[in-house]
Amino acid sequence: MSEESSGALGSRAWQAVQLARHPKRPHSLDYIQKIFTEFEEVHGDRAFGDDAAIVCGFAFLDGKPVMVVAEQKGRDTKQKLFRNFGMPKPEGYRKAIRVMQMAAKFKRPVITLLDTPGAYPGIDAEERGQAEAIARNLREMARLPVPVICVCIGEGGSGGALALGVGNHVFMMENAVYSVISPESCAAIIWRDSAKAELAASALRLTAGDLVGLGIVDGVISEPPEGAHTDPEAAARSLKDRLRQSLSELAAMTDDELVQHRYEKFRRMGTFVK
Amino acid sequence: MSWFKRERPANGTTSQPAEGARRVRTEGLWLKCEGCRQIIWRKDLEDNFNVCPQCGAHSRIDARTRLRLLFDGEYEQHDTLLTSTDPLNFSDSKPYRERLASNQGATSLSDAIISASGKLHGRLVNICAMEMKFIGGSMGAVVGEKITKAIERSHAERTPIVIVSASGGARMQEGAVSLMQMAKISSALMRLDEGKVPYISVLTDPTTGGVTASFAMLGDLNIAEPGALIGFAGPRVIEQTIRQKLPDGFQRAEFLLRHGMLDAVVPRGELKDYIARALRFFCGPV
Ligand SMILES: [Zn+2]
Repeated sequence: MSEESSGALGSRAWQAVQLARHPKRPHSLDYIQKIFTEFEEVHGDRAFGDDAAIVCGFAFLDGKPVMVVAEQKGRDTKQKLFRNFGMPKPEGYRKAIRVMQMAAKFKRPVITLLDTPGAYPGIDAEERGQAEAIARNLREMARLPVPVICVCIGEGGSGGALALGVGNHVFMMENAVYSVISPESCAAIIWRDSAKAELAASALRLTAGDLVGLGIVDGVISEPPEGAHTDPEAAARSLKDRLRQSLSELAAMTDDELVQHRYEKFRRMGTFVK
Repeated sequence: MSWFKRERPANGTTSQPAEGARRVRTEGLWLKCEGCRQIIWRKDLEDNFNVCPQCGAHSRIDARTRLRLLFDGEYEQHDTLLTSTDPLNFSDSKPYRERLASNQGATSLSDAIISASGKLHGRLVNICAMEMKFIGGSMGAVVGEKITKAIERSHAERTPIVIVSASGGARMQEGAVSLMQMAKISSALMRLDEGKVPYISVLTDPTTGGVTASFAMLGDLNIAEPGALIGFAGPRVIEQTIRQKLPDGFQRAEFLLRHGMLDAVVPRGELKDYIARALRFFCGPV
């Protein structure tokens, strides 16, 4: 890792946190544009509104139709505000499950890209049922009779990311992080000091390698040596190769096998002393 | 003491501080209700399952008391020995393993939940009751596994399930393993749904974070106790994010009912009869 991108301090976890949030890191639409052809965005949850923090659309990968559902951050201030800093509201999650179910109706695979600091914590989001929207997505994604591939490309912020994360295959980009709580919030709770975030990042075991080790993630997608932002084309190629491979593996399964496969994958999570 | 009822609005409609869990302070035989500030006999309160006889404010009850409230009598407990492996080897102000051990000692439970089966007004049901006194009722792998097993048992035996939530959400000390319990339980509920076996979710004070954002909001019926704090983000997090004061009654059960997120707010004293009635609707007479 470069000094510039990771700072002088340098646990592997903290480097990953910094890279996952790097201002130049490729966001969902960057990958979508590089990987798919003829992407057409579809909007709205048919109930309340259209959440710009989640981008959905149909597209083609090597000419084959897929549904893409992706959390989207903004780059400049105006875009950040428009995308609500990548923090979805209930209508975003409801749009997401609507289009996933549409894909299932026509037997098209679903590809989701996870990249959010978390679901939006605000009054309006609570009023419209943030928790219900996330919960429903978890249950309904489990039921989808089509291949579901999820990739955490940057920040996997707790339930806000998991709400798009119930897949047959779940991958992480090499410098992505996926955690139950942000290192800053964890540090604030434990040490009452959000400056201890680096310690918390290590304790939380949130890197791609950690999560493969814990049996939560199926594979790591390699990035250029200094991080995805240094060569977005290379990062996108790497992601595209993995999506191709994953789609072809899952294409061999029947609808029932796909649902069963996904169930068993999550059913195994957690170890116990009996 | 009926003049008290005139002076105070009914339970649950009073405004509470953001962190305002209605706790009861113990001072020997007397207690002070934080709802109406009246001094009451501890025994009167306990006999009433911690609902204030004066103002109806609901204070928290532990998992064992909850099961005594809902079951007709004896019940069988399941998976009592399941214990966390400390998957992250986590340590904060003290090692997670020590924290687990002290909570196990204090509650005589292996983790933050009791999974049980027994009769409710004569009908066999599975009930999972979460325990706030065990690391804030937080959900790690053990809580996730016990609930998933209870759902699978309900599915296999076609026995209705009731899950009583009381939790701050996913357990930080088990990291992403905790997070994944949300998906695991919700997947099991997908199967239960396909099997058309009833699930009643009872949300009690407090139910927040990953517990609300998974099984607690996925009941065929989602019902809550009066005044219970229910939400995704905690009130403090929201206040810090939006930098404004939260409205009175925000994230209380009555607020969620008004916004269409709950089927009903049911006082503790009526909870058992309500569940029995709902199950008679779903499954027919016992
Ligand atoms: Zn009172």
